Amino acid sequence: MIQTLMPNTNWSMVLPIAMVAVAGIFALILEMLFPKRDNNLIVWASQIGLLMAAAMLIRQFGLETETSFAGTIIRDQFGLAMQLVCVIGASATIAFSEGYLREKKIPFGEFYPLMLWSTVGAMMMCCTENLLVMFVGLEILSIALYVLAGISRVEEKGEESALKYFLLGAFASGFLLYGIANVYGATGGLGIEGIGLAWESKDPNVQALLAFGLALLLIGLGFKASFFPFHQWTPDVYQGAPTNVTAFMATVGKTAAFAFLFRLLESATAMQAIWAPALGLIAVLTMLYGNIVALMQKDVKRVLGYSSISHAGYILVALIAHGKNPGRIGPETVIYYVLSYTLMTIGSFAVISLLAHDGKESTGLDDLRGLWQRSRVAAACMVVFMVSLMGLPPTSGFFGKLLIFQDALNADLLPLAVVLAVSSIVSAAYYLNIARLVALTDGPTEEISFARFRPAIQNTCVLCAVAVIAAMVFYSPLTQFLSSR
Amino acid sequence: MNVPLSALIWFPAIGALLLQLLGFVKKEKDIKSIAVLFTTVALGLNLAVLSKSNSGTYLFQAVESVSWIENLGIRYLVGYDGISFWLTVLTTLMTLIIVVATPDTTKNLRGFFGLVLLLETAMLGSFCALDLVLFFSFFELTLIPMFFLVSLWGGPNRNKAAAKFVIYTFAGSIFMLVGIVALAIQHQKVTGQLDFSIINIQASVASGKFWANALQAQTLIFWALALGFMVKTPAFPFHSWIGDTYAESPTAGPILSSVMVKMGSYGFLRFCLPLFPEAVQSQAPVFMAIATIGILYGALVAIAQTDMRRMIAYSSLSHMGFVLLGIFSLSYKGMIGGSFQQFSHGITTGLLVILVGYLVEKHGTGDMNAFGGLKAKMPLFAGLFLLGMLGSVGLPTTNGFIGEFLALMGAYETGARGLFGLSPGFAIASGLGVVLGAVYLFVMFQKVFYGPVKVTEGPDWQDIPVSKALPAFVLVFFVFVGGLYPNLFFGPMEASTQATRLMAISEATKRPSWKDKPEEVTIRVALEDPMQGQYIRAGSERLISSARLHGNVDEKREIR
Repeated sequence: MIQTLMPNTNWSMVLPIAMVAVAGIFALILEMLFPKRDNNLIVWASQIGLLMAAAMLIRQFGLETETSFAGTIIRDQFGLAMQLVCVIGASATIAFSEGYLREKKIPFGEFYPLMLWSTVGAMMMCCTENLLVMFVGLEILSIALYVLAGISRVEEKGEESALKYFLLGAFASGFLLYGIANVYGATGGLGIEGIGLAWESKDPNVQALLAFGLALLLIGLGFKASFFPFHQWTPDVYQGAPTNVTAFMATVGKTAAFAFLFRLLESATAMQAIWAPALGLIAVLTMLYGNIVALMQKDVKRVLGYSSISHAGYILVALIAHGKNPGRIGPETVIYYVLSYTLMTIGSFAVISLLAHDGKESTGLDDLRGLWQRSRVAAACMVVFMVSLMGLPPTSGFFGKLLIFQDALNADLLPLAVVLAVSSIVSAAYYLNIARLVALTDGPTEEISFARFRPAIQNTCVLCAVAVIAAMVFYSPLTQFLSSR
Repeated sequence: MNVPLSALIWFPAIGALLLQLLGFVKKEKDIKSIAVLFTTVALGLNLAVLSKSNSGTYLFQAVESVSWIENLGIRYLVGYDGISFWLTVLTTLMTLIIVVATPDTTKNLRGFFGLVLLLETAMLGSFCALDLVLFFSFFELTLIPMFFLVSLWGGPNRNKAAAKFVIYTFAGSIFMLVGIVALAIQHQKVTGQLDFSIINIQASVASGKFWANALQAQTLIFWALALGFMVKTPAFPFHSWIGDTYAESPTAGPILSSVMVKMGSYGFLRFCLPLFPEAVQSQAPVFMAIATIGILYGALVAIAQTDMRRMIAYSSLSHMGFVLLGIFSLSYKGMIGGSFQQFSHGITTGLLVILVGYLVEKHGTGDMNAFGGLKAKMPLFAGLFLLGMLGSVGLPTTNGFIGEFLALMGAYETGARGLFGLSPGFAIASGLGVVLGAVYLFVMFQKVFYGPVKVTEGPDWQDIPVSKALPAFVLVFFVFVGGLYPNLFFGPMEASTQATRLMAISEATKRPSWKDKPEEVTIRVALEDPMQGQYIRAGSERLISSARLHGNVDEKREIR
C-alpha cells in the first residue's frame, strides 16, 4: 500500500520549541512597539515564554516514545529532560542578565530574542536522531551565539571573541557536514539509527565510510562541547564574550552537543571498538588539560572556561560508559550531571557578572577580593558553586561525580575513573582559590568595584545555590521526575 | 530522656545557622556566650544519647534508617557502637572547650563559631554514619569549614597551608570515593542489590560470599579506602600537610589536632578491618611498618623543630602512629590500646595546643627560642603545661601511658607469635619512639620555662587567669582519669573492639556480623592465641572473656 505523502505529524511534540521561538519574535515586536533603550517588558515576555515551554515539556513527561515529522523528531524522556535543562539554563541566564546588560550598556532589544532563538536550536538538537535536523539546530544555536558573543560592540575583546568563535565554528560545521555526507553514503539515510545496522553488514567499504564519517561527526560535535584538542576557542571566547553570554554558551550550547553525542554513541554501540579508545583518550586529555591549564589562569572567566573544558571531559566519561553499554547504563547520569553543571556554572557566572560596573568590566582573579564585604549572599553562593564544581558534598556536583564513577566502573572504565579522580584533585586548587578570594574578610575596602547587587541577580544566585544543594538531598524524587519512572 | 542520634548530629549545624541569623546580637561577648550555650547543649545531648548505651553488645545502637536514594541503595543510616562511643564524646567535649578557649578578640567571631559548629556536625556525622555515601559526605564536609578556618583566621602563610591541607585530604578521599563505588558495585555483583550500607556489605563479607571471587579487587579497594584514611590520620608518607596546617591555624588547630585526625584512624577501625579481612591480614605488615616509621620519623622531626606548634604537629604524627600500630597488630590488647590512644591523644594534644595557642596569642610567636624562664612568671601556666606534657610523654598514671603501652604490648604479642607476617621488631623499634617523645617535649619545656627570662617587654606577663585556664583544668582531669581508671573508658569499647577484630581475623563463615540478632550475640575469646578467637552463634553459650588491662582469660562475664 502506498503511504500518504503527508507524513504523520504530531504538533505537540514541537510545541515547546515553537513556544520559545514565538517568545523570541514577540520580544522583538515589543522592542518595535515600545522603542526605548531598556524595556523590562521584553524580559518578562522572554521569561513567560520559557516558563510556558517548560510547562509544555513537563506535560509530555512519561508519554510513550514516539517519532513524528517523518521520523525526524523524536520524543523520549531523555530528549524532554535535556530540553528542560536547556530551558532552565536559558531562563536562569536571562534572569541575571538584566542588571548586567544595564551596567555594560548593552541594548535589550537584540539580546533577548537572539538568546531565545539560540535556545530553539539547542532544543532541536536534543530531540532529534536525524543528522540534518541536528545540523540545522546546531546552526540556529551557533549563528545566534556568534552575534551574542560580539554584542558588546565597544569592546575589542568582544569582537575578537565573536570572530574567533565564528571562524572556528564555521570550520567545525564543515567537518560536521562532511561527516554527515559520509554517514549518509554508508547508511543510505540521514537518521543515526541506521548506523548500527550498516556496520553489521560487515562490508569493508561501508565500514570505512562509517568510521570516517563518525570520526568527523565527533570532531564537529567535540568542537561545540569543547573537548581537547578542539577546545582552543573556549577560553578566549569565554573571556571576551559578555559574561551572561558565556554562561549561556557554557551550559545550553554544551547541553545540546552532549545530547546529540549521547544519541550518536548509543546508535553506534556496535562500533565501540573504533570510537571507545579514541574517545577515552580524548576524555583523559580533556580532563587533565582543562584542569592543569586552569591552574595558571589569572582571569576568572578563563578559569571557568578551562574548568568547563574539564567538566566536558567528565561528562564524556559518562557518555562513553552509556555508549558502550546502553542497555545497562541509563541516561540518568548524563541528565543529572548536565543539570547540575548548568546550575552551578550559571550561578557562578551570575556572581561574576557583578564585576561589571559602569560599562567597564575587569575579571581578574584579584577583582573578586572583597566580595564578602559587598554582598555576603553573593559570596556565600559563590562558595557553594565552587564546592559543587569541585565535587564536594553536600552538593549536586558531588553526586554527579559519584554517578559518573558508578557508570565508569560498571562499564569497566576504571582507568577513566582514576583519571577523573586525579584531575579533580588538581581542580581543587583553583576552585578553592576562588572560594577563598570571595570569602576574604580583609579585602580592599577603599574602592569597591562591584555593581549594585540587584535583586534579580541575587535571586538567581540564591536559587541556583539552593538548587545545587537540593539536587543532592532530593536526588531520588528529582531523577524520578526527570526519568518519569 | 530519649534523644535521637540525629538530634545530636544536626543540633550544632542548626546552632551555626541560628548564630548567623541572630543579627541583633552584636557584642563579641554575647556571641561567644551563645556559642558556648550551643556547644554545651550538644555535649549534653551527646551524654543523653550515650546514657542509653548497652556496653555488652557490639551491634549498632540508636540506629536510625531513613530511605534516601532508593534506586542507588543509599540510606540515611546512623548509629553508634563502642568504637565511635568515645570519639563522639571527644568531639563534643573538645568543641565546647575550643569555643570557651577562643579569645573574644578573634576577628569575625560570628563566622568563626559558625564554622566551628558546622565542623562539629560534620565530625559527629562521620563518626555515626553507617552508609558509605553518607559517611563520605560528612567526611568531606569537614574540609570546607576547615579550609576557611585556616585560610581566614590563620597565620601569615595561611593560604598555602589551607590549600595544602584541603588538596592533600581531597586527593586521598577522591580515591576513597572510587573505592566506595567499587564496593557497592561488588555488592551488586554478589547479591544483585546496589547497596552502600556497611551493615549489609559486612554481613555479606562475614558470610564469605562477598570476596569469594574477588581477592585481588579486595586488596585494590582496601587500598583505595586506606589511602584516604592515611592522609587524614596522618600516616607516613602522607603527613607533610600537618606541619604547615598546625602552625598556621592557631585558633582552629586544636579541633584539627585533637578530633579531626581521629577520623582517619576511626576509618580503619570502622571500614577497613570489618570489610576487607583478607586484605587487612595480608597488608598488616605494611601498615605496621608505616606506623613504626611514622612514630620514629615524627619524633625525630619534632626534635628538630623550633616552633612549638610544628613540634606538636610532628608529635601527633608520632602519637597517631601508636594508634595505627595498635590497630594493625590485630591483637585484642593492641586494638583496644589503639582505640584508647585515639581518645587520650585527643585530650593531651588538645591541651598542649590550647596552651601554646595562649602563648602565641599573647606574644605573637610560637618560636620556643623566643621564650625563657616562664616558670617564674607564670607558675599556673607552667604547671598545666607540665601535666599536659607528661600525658603526652606517656608517664604512668597518665592516659598517654595506657594507650601506648597497650598498643606496644599488642604489637609485641602478635609479632612474637609471628602471626600475619609480623615481627616483634615493630614493637621494639616503636618503643624507641616513646623515649624520643620524652626528648623533644622535655627540651621544649626546658627552653620555654627555665633559663633566663628572654621576653621582657610585652603586653602583660601575668599568669594565665584561672577563668581562662578552666578548659585546661578539665582536660588535665581527663588525663588522670584516663591514666588511673582506664576501665571507665574500656568498658563501652570492649565488645565492639573485639567484634571488629574478629571480623578481620576470623575465617570466612565464623565472622561476627552487625546483622546478628541481639539475643545471639556472643563472643568468646581465647586471649593466649589471637587466632583462636571463636564466635558462637547460638544462644547456648553467652560468655565473653573480656580482656581487662592484663588480659586474663579467666575473667569472664556475661553479655547481652
